[in-house]
This record gives sequence, structure tokens and C-alpha cells, in this order.
Amino acid sequence: MIPFNELITDNLPALVVVLPLLGGLLATLVGRFAWLWSTIITGSVFLLTYTLFTAVQAGPGMRYEFGNWPYLWGIEYRIDLLNAFILLVVSGIAFIATIYAKLSVEDEIPADRHNFFYSVWLLAITGLLGITITGDAFNVYVLLEISSLTIYALIAMGKDRDPRALTASLRYLILGSVGASFILLGIGYLLMVTGTLNMADMHAQLMAMPEATQNRTILVAFAFLLVGLSLKMALFPLHTWLPKAYTYAPSAVTAMVAATATKVGVYMAFRFLFTIFGYKFTFVDMPSYHILIICAAVGIIITGLTAIRQTNAKKLLAYSSVGQIGYIVAGFALANPQGVAGSLVHIFNHAAMKGGMFMALGAVAYRVGGTNMKDLRGLGKRMPLTAGCITAGALGLIGFPMTAGFISKWYLVQGALAGGSWLLAFTILFGSLLAVIYSWKMIEAMYFREPEGKTAEATEAPYMLVLPTMALIGLSIYFGINAEFTAGTALKAAAALLPGGVQ
Amino acid sequence: MVIDFPPGLILVLGAFILPFVRGPLRSLVSVLLPALTLMAIWTSIPEGHIVTLPFLDGLQLTPVTWHPLGTEAIGPDGFAPPSATRVFGTIFALMATVGALFSLKQEDPSELPGAFVYAGSAICVTFAGDILSLFVFWELMALGSTVVVWSGKFKNTYDAGMRYVAVHLVGGVILMAGILAHAMPLIHDPSVVDPLALHHYAMGPLGFDGMALTAGSADVSGLGTWLILIGILVNAGAPPLGAWLPDAYPEASHTGTVFLSAFTTKTAVYVLLILFAGAELLIYVGCLMAIYGIVYAILENDMRRILAYSIVNQVGFMICGIGIGTQLALNGASAHAFAHIIYKALLLMSAGSVLYMTGKRKCTDLGGLYHTMPVTMWCGIIGALAISAFPFTSGFTTKSMITDAAAHEHIAMAWYVLMAASAGVFLHAGIKFPWFVFFQKDRGLRPKDPPTSMQAAMVIFAFLCVLLGVYPEPLYNILPYQVPIAEGQNLYEAMTGAPVYSVSHVVAQLQLLMFAGLAFFLLLPMLKRTLTITLDSDWIYRKFVPGLWKHIILPPLKILGLIYHGVLEDMPKWLAALVRANPDGQSFDIFRSWTQGAAMVMITLMLFVYLVYGFVQ
Repeated sequence: MIPFNELITDNLPALVVVLPLLGGLLATLVGRFAWLWSTIITGSVFLLTYTLFTAVQAGPGMRYEFGNWPYLWGIEYRIDLLNAFILLVVSGIAFIATIYAKLSVEDEIPADRHNFFYSVWLLAITGLLGITITGDAFNVYVLLEISSLTIYALIAMGKDRDPRALTASLRYLILGSVGASFILLGIGYLLMVTGTLNMADMHAQLMAMPEATQNRTILVAFAFLLVGLSLKMALFPLHTWLPKAYTYAPSAVTAMVAATATKVGVYMAFRFLFTIFGYKFTFVDMPSYHILIICAAVGIIITGLTAIRQTNAKKLLAYSSVGQIGYIVAGFALANPQGVAGSLVHIFNHAAMKGGMFMALGAVAYRVGGTNMKDLRGLGKRMPLTAGCITAGALGLIGFPMTAGFISKWYLVQGALAGGSWLLAFTILFGSLLAVIYSWKMIEAMYFREPEGKTAEATEAPYMLVLPTMALIGLSIYFGINAEFTAGTALKAAAALLPGGVQ
Repeated sequence: MVIDFPPGLILVLGAFILPFVRGPLRSLVSVLLPALTLMAIWTSIPEGHIVTLPFLDGLQLTPVTWHPLGTEAIGPDGFAPPSATRVFGTIFALMATVGALFSLKQEDPSELPGAFVYAGSAICVTFAGDILSLFVFWELMALGSTVVVWSGKFKNTYDAGMRYVAVHLVGGVILMAGILAHAMPLIHDPSVVDPLALHHYAMGPLGFDGMALTAGSADVSGLGTWLILIGILVNAGAPPLGAWLPDAYPEASHTGTVFLSAFTTKTAVYVLLILFAGAELLIYVGCLMAIYGIVYAILENDMRRILAYSIVNQVGFMICGIGIGTQLALNGASAHAFAHIIYKALLLMSAGSVLYMTGKRKCTDLGGLYHTMPVTMWCGIIGALAISAFPFTSGFTTKSMITDAAAHEHIAMAWYVLMAASAGVFLHAGIKFPWFVFFQKDRGLRPKDPPTSMQAAMVIFAFLCVLLGVYPEPLYNILPYQVPIAEGQNLYEAMTGAPVYSVSHVVAQLQLLMFAGLAFFLLLPMLKRTLTITLDSDWIYRKFVPGLWKHIILPPLKILGLIYHGVLEDMPKWLAALVRANPDGQSFDIFRSWTQGAAMVMITLMLFVYLVYGFVQ
């Protein structure tokens, strides 16, 4: 008999990626059970990442050498608190979004494509989890391509074959590919200089080089990586692919992608800036993080102003997402413990809030047929739970006390002040004021306007849509009141990240 | 039973039961919840009980304590820290109970839950022993009170509510910025124990000296102190930050205004008392408020706006007392807040009953109601006498503590202003309100007294006004500072050296009131109100801000917009067009393909920036 239990525990890190990969390929074969199949797969992956997280939280990091190749030649998976946390977030959101997807997909996507949808969906999740878990720079690129290509496909499946979804997807494809190739170039140059692809080893080689900052190849690699990563994170001004992609994608896809894809982009930035280049190179010798902070600060303000001008709630939230990426980037670019912790906490908090809000808008689209501001009118009376979720999420975006957003801003403002940057602290608070305005537009429409058109006949969305939404929004409130888990993890992870390399 | 959470939470959470109950059960729950809170304050939290919660990075929160500033003396002269928790917590809960009774007939389903969240969080503020819990409940108050404002049904209610919530959110951001700026050096100083504890933020006799910008260790915390003070003064209704008060309160429903009058400004008074006792600046702020309130109240025509301005005036007395900062003055400010909440609510209940029965709110539309609304009239008059500090009413036994404190400290300016303001109060709230509403010219209105529950609420508060006037000892016994009291004396006599009802005191007060009354009737023709809108500094957001927006801010924004489109969208487009090898101008969608090119140009530009930056380093 095969010792099955041991097989699983020994290969836990591999299973996190292999399970959804095989699951995704098999999803085409399971007929009309594709949704159930995907739910089981994502649920098991969530359990796996949870096991990983508890293991890493208790003890030191984990290493896993694929196929028992020594890590310098083969691919190595490395799990520390940082990526265990991100893995938990990604798989958790993926699980909840998969549950949510059932009705939304039935509503928006032709029945004969459901199997393909779930297949691609699982592969996208595979890519995102893979990027997060791997300790090999080239492997990052490969999995990045897997996740990107599948996400392009998912976005293109927008409601009723909307041609705008196709063009948005094409646009994302072109820009995304440029970004990915920049990342590839950056990795290539680093390989040239260091002769290794293993992240920890790269760091060691770079540290061993006496004149790393004078090496033109490294500088070029750094520039290519920063631009490629900024594009993948949708950092202003390279965010132009994001608003339309989020607006026209199917509801479930928007919720999942908005909550995870850009966050994994930020995670890559963490890995490249802190783990590979290390604190000293990135923040002392090469202060081009100034550019990151400037982009983030300008982005917070300009995307806030742009969000205010939107008439489509989904697009409004999409612009707000770009602004929130600004907070996250500003936090880690400060490179002090509070800033990085704030950035990490906000990755989780924003994923929960924005994922929940996009789900709520999906429920609106399900009942009313659109997400324009006029579709939201009078929703407070017609769909009280959905409207309540949007309101609670909006309070989180503002950073109202007792929501998760408050915890994030608490650390980010602390980080900014600790870094001596009053201007940035002010920008963060000013961004909250802009958030008040654009959130208010939605709240006003929902509670102070009379329903008209299809909204007037709408009833509360089915529980299969409302419950996952409430779960995410509930999490964002819970972790706003009791932030022990998120903030504690973030602070520990930040402390481990700042010295650089792999601890 | 000892409870380990702030008693106000009973109300805050209980508010969410209300939407699910109907009919008599709803009435029962509405009155029982605040009564239960009041009971919890008195029986469930033993003296010295402290509840702490761990917070992020080893900090701790203290949501429940009787001594927000601790019990150790602070300052060079051994100034004992004030603890006004009991007096403010009690009056807030009492107010919520009677207010709920008054609003049983209110049909708007969201007002009472909003009011409960509002009142409950005000109570939580008084029990907070750390700056963060205080701030959280402070913000929750803004949320609850906005719901209350919006349940009014007048045509200006929505806009006034918008202005209300905007001012409070901005005030909240200012307060938060101040707290963070002040907290940062404390959190990073390992020698500081419990850096969130309120006593680190108490700036009265220690650091905040008049106009000086010095407090704490780091340079920035002086700024933090100012921001905290400004954030609180916004809620206190101090001009020019407080124009939201007379703007929004009269637009709430007949019951909503009763709640609104009690909590926001008095919570601000409480927090000032805790954090800024003895800050000299507050004497001037208080005097300014006392005068400002009177001037506008005399000019006003809307009966509830008159009363709203007189809130500003009365809060001015309290803030002045806090600025004086002696034990007598702080006792006076607390006692006055307690009495003020009762008589101001009584006046607004009376005005609210008139509004409810007649639907009219302007003095020029009312008059002669004494025929048919005797209960409302008598309650209104008792409230008016109390606010004027007539002997044998609660105003007499509390307000004089503040004026006496000014006299004891020989602060002549404050004493004169407060005495003049006392006369002015009698003029506008004591005579003008009842005279124009219930007597004066009979306009033929014949409404009945309001429903029994509303009458009951008014009678309870009217009774309390008189009770505290003749038997103030229970109130004196819960004031922040207790001194040894000789046999047969009360706290007032022990602290001032003369009994409350000394001949000279009573005579002086009656003289003041009689001359003010004489002046009123002599000046009556001039005081008769015509239809006017008094332009207060709320013209800033009625006229000035829209004008500013249209003529000053919008044009540069438009120009900025042009630049934004030009530089960020059009120029790259234009650049992209330049670098395009062979644009076929026939059949392509210009916008789509060009913005794609623009994004490419942007990518190249960013790469260029990073490369240049890297090489220059």
C-alpha cells in the first residue's frame, strides 16, 4: 500500500500548484459538474495553503526541491511567512469566488463554454499560486505567462460576448505581454550577471559582487524589472489596461482578478526588490524607489479624481483599485517596518473589500442587467443586503474606523510619518477624502434616489451570490475590528523581508 | 453583574434590534434599551473597574474606565486629573431614555436606531481610556447623527445633511491626523508605557499654554496638538468651525433635533474637559461662542434655529469654564452640561411638539398657542426659565459655578462676558421663544397638546429642571471633583464659600433677569421678526464655496484637466502618431489604436526614466 498521507504531507508545496493544474485540465472532461469540480479543487487548495501557512507560522520557512533536483539546477519552492500569507489570500479568494461563479457564469456565459471557462479559471489560479510559491526567478516568468494568458481569455468572455470585453482583453494582452517580456529581459540580464536563477542564490551572488551598483547590466535589469512589474501591478501611469478589463469582464472574473492578480504583481515586486536585490541595493544605493513613491502618490490623487467622474460603478471601482495599488506601493517603497506591514495588510484588506464589492456589483448585474449609476438607484430598498455590502465595502475604502481599511491606513500613515514624509501622509489622507466622494456617489444613488427601470422590479439576489459577497465583506469588517491576525502576520513578514535575501 | 464592555454598546448594538420589532414591543424596546444602559452605568461597572484589550504591536486599548486620565496627579502643582465619566455618561443615558420616550410616535423607521447608535457611542466616548477607542466612537457618532439629521423631511434637509456629514468627516480627518502626529513619537519611545492612554494626550495645565505651539517631545507634536484641538472644536460648534450646527439641527425632524442637541457638542465638551482643561485659549473661544450664539439667536426667526444658536451660547459657558480650568470651573462646566442637556432638550421638545402639531417653524407664523397647548407651554416656560438660570431651576444651581470660578480667578473679561451673555440668554431663549410661539399675536392656530408619550417626556424633564434647582445635591455628588464637605453644607458652598441660595446671589440674578426682561419688552417692536435668513458663516458653504468652486477652483481644474488630457493622453497619442510607421487613415478606430500606442509610449518613457535615473546615480 502507498503511504498516502505521507505522500501528501511530503509534497504539500507541490500539490498547491499541481492540484489546480491537473484539475483545470480535467475540468473539460467532467461535463456539467465543472463548477462542483472547481469548487472542490479550490477548496482543497485553500486547505493545503492553510496547512502550509500554519506550518510556516509555527516554524521556519519550508523548502521543496522539485523532482529532488538540487535547488541550484532544478526548481525550488520556498515558503516563508510572506508568500504563505499571500497564498492563503489568493486561494481563499479563489475559493469564495468559485462558489460565487456558479450563477454568475450561468447568467453571463453560453452553456457550451462553461467547461472551458472553469478549465481556464483553474489554470489562472494555478498561475497565480505558482508565482507566489516558487523560489525560482525563471519559474516566476513561466507561471506569470500561464496566469496572464488565462486571464486574457477569462476577460474576453465578458457578458453576452460584449465586443468591448474583447477589445479590453486584447489591450490587456498587448500591454501585459510587453510587461511580461520586460520582466523576462530583466531576469535574463540577472542570469547573465549572476549565472543562477534561484532567487536566494541570485541575492547571494549580487551581494558578493563588490561593485553591483556600477554594473550597467544590473542597472538595466533593475529598470526593466521595475517597469514590467509596475505594469503588472497596474501602478499609475501604466494602469491603462486595467479599467476597461475590469469593467467588461464577467462579474466573477472581475471579482477574482481584481482581488488577486495585481496583488500577486505586488508580491513579485516584493520578491525582486527585497529578496533578490535586497534592501541595500534597492533603497540605499539605487534610490529609484523615489519614482515608485511619486507614481503611487500621483496615482492616488489622479485615479481618485478619475473615479469620481465615472458613471459606471464597476469602472469607478476599477479606478479606485488603481489608487489602492498606489497605497500598497507607497507603503512598501517607504521600506520601513510600518510601511511594508501596511502594504501587506492592505493587500489582504483590499482583496477582501474590493473582491466583495465587485461581487456585489455582479449581483446587481445579475438582477438589474447593468452596473451603471442609474442601475444602482434605489437599490437600498430593492436589494438591501447587496446595497449593505457595497456600503460596508465603501466605508472600508474610505478607511472608516472598525473596517479593515482603517487598519491599513493606520500603518501606512505611520510608515509615511516614520519615513519623515508628511506630504505622503497627507496624500494618503487626501486619497481617503476622494474615496469619500466617489463612495458617496454610490451610496447616494442606492439610498437617496428612487428606483427606476429594471431596478424597480428587482429583488434581492440569490443566496449563492449574496453569501460569498457577505463572507468577503464580513472578513473585511472582522479584520478591521480584530486585526491581530492580519497585522501580526504582516509585521512579522515585513521584519523578515526588510533585511533582504531569504531568511 | 459586572460587564466588561462599554455600557454604550448596549445602545449601539441594540439599535439593530429595532428594525425587527413592531408595534407595542418596539415602544417597549425603545425605552428599555437606554434605561438598561443607564442602569448598567450605575450598577454594572464598579468603581475602579478597568477593561483593557490588546491592540496592534503590543499597544493596548482601554474601552472601559472610570478614570480616563488615570488617578495619579499630573502637572507641577499636583493637579488631580478630572474624571467626568459618571456625570456625562449618566446624563447621556438619561437623555437617550427620555428622548426615546418622546420619539415613540416618530414614523421614520431609521431615526431612532440612528439616534441610539449616536447616543450609545457618545456614552462609549465617556468611558474610553485611550485615544483610539475615543476616536472610533467619535466617528461612529458622526455616522449615527447623520442618519438622525436625514430623517427630517424638510426640503433643505438633504443638503443640510450633506454639509453636516462633510464637515464632520473633514473634522474627523483633522482629528485623526492630530492623533497620529501626537502618537507617533510616543509609540516609538520605548520608555513610554501604554502610549495610547489618554493621559499622554491631556494638554491642559501641562503643555498647551495659550497660543504657544509647544508640547511633547518632537517638533511635529505641537502641530498634532493644534490639529486635535481643531478637530474637537469642530464638533463643539465653535465659530467659525461650528456653522454646521444651526445649519443642520433645525432641518432634522421634530424628534431628531432633540437628540442632536444633546450629544455632539457635549461630547466635545467632555473631551475638551479631559484633554484641554486649563488651556487659556479656551476662555476666549468660550466667550466668543457665548456672544456669537446670542447675536444670531436674537436675529433668527426659525424657533428651532433660535434654540440651536443658544446651544452654541451655552456650550460657550462650558468651554469658558474648561479654559479657566480650576476645580470649581471644571465642576461647573460638567454640572452645566448636565443641566443644559435637560433644559435644552425640554425646550426643543416643546418646540418639536409645536412643529409636530402645527407643521410651522417660523416665529412669524406662530403665536397664541397658549389657548390649546397648555402642557407644551408650561414645559416650554420651565425650560426657558431654566436656561435663563432663574432661581429654583437647574440653570441657577449650575451656571453660577462657572461665573463664580471666573470671579475667583479674577478673570474680569470672562466674568463680564458671561454675565452679559446670561442676560442675553434670557432675552432670546427665556422670553423670545415662549413669547413669540405661545403668546404674542394670536394667529388662530388651535392645535391640541401632543400625544401622551410626548407630554410624558416633557413633564419628566420639566420636573428634573425644577428638582435640580431645589435639590441639586445628587448632581453635585457626581461631579469630577469632590472636596470635604462640612455638616449642613453642599459641594457648592464648600467650594465657593457661600450657599447657592444666598440672598445676594438670588437678588443679583433676579435683577439681571428683570432688566433683561424690561429691555425685551421695550425693544419688542424692533425684535419682531420678519422673514429673514440669517447669513452665518455657513454662507461659506452656501454661497462662498459654490462661488469659490465656480469662479476660483474650477477654472484651474479645467486647465489642469486640459494639461492632464494633453500631457498624459494626447501627447503620447501625438507622439505615437509621430512614430507610427505607416498609419492607414482609412478604416481604423482612432481612439482605440492610438491609446494603445500611447500606453506603449508611456512604457518606454518609464523605462527611460528608470534608466536615466539609474545611470545618473
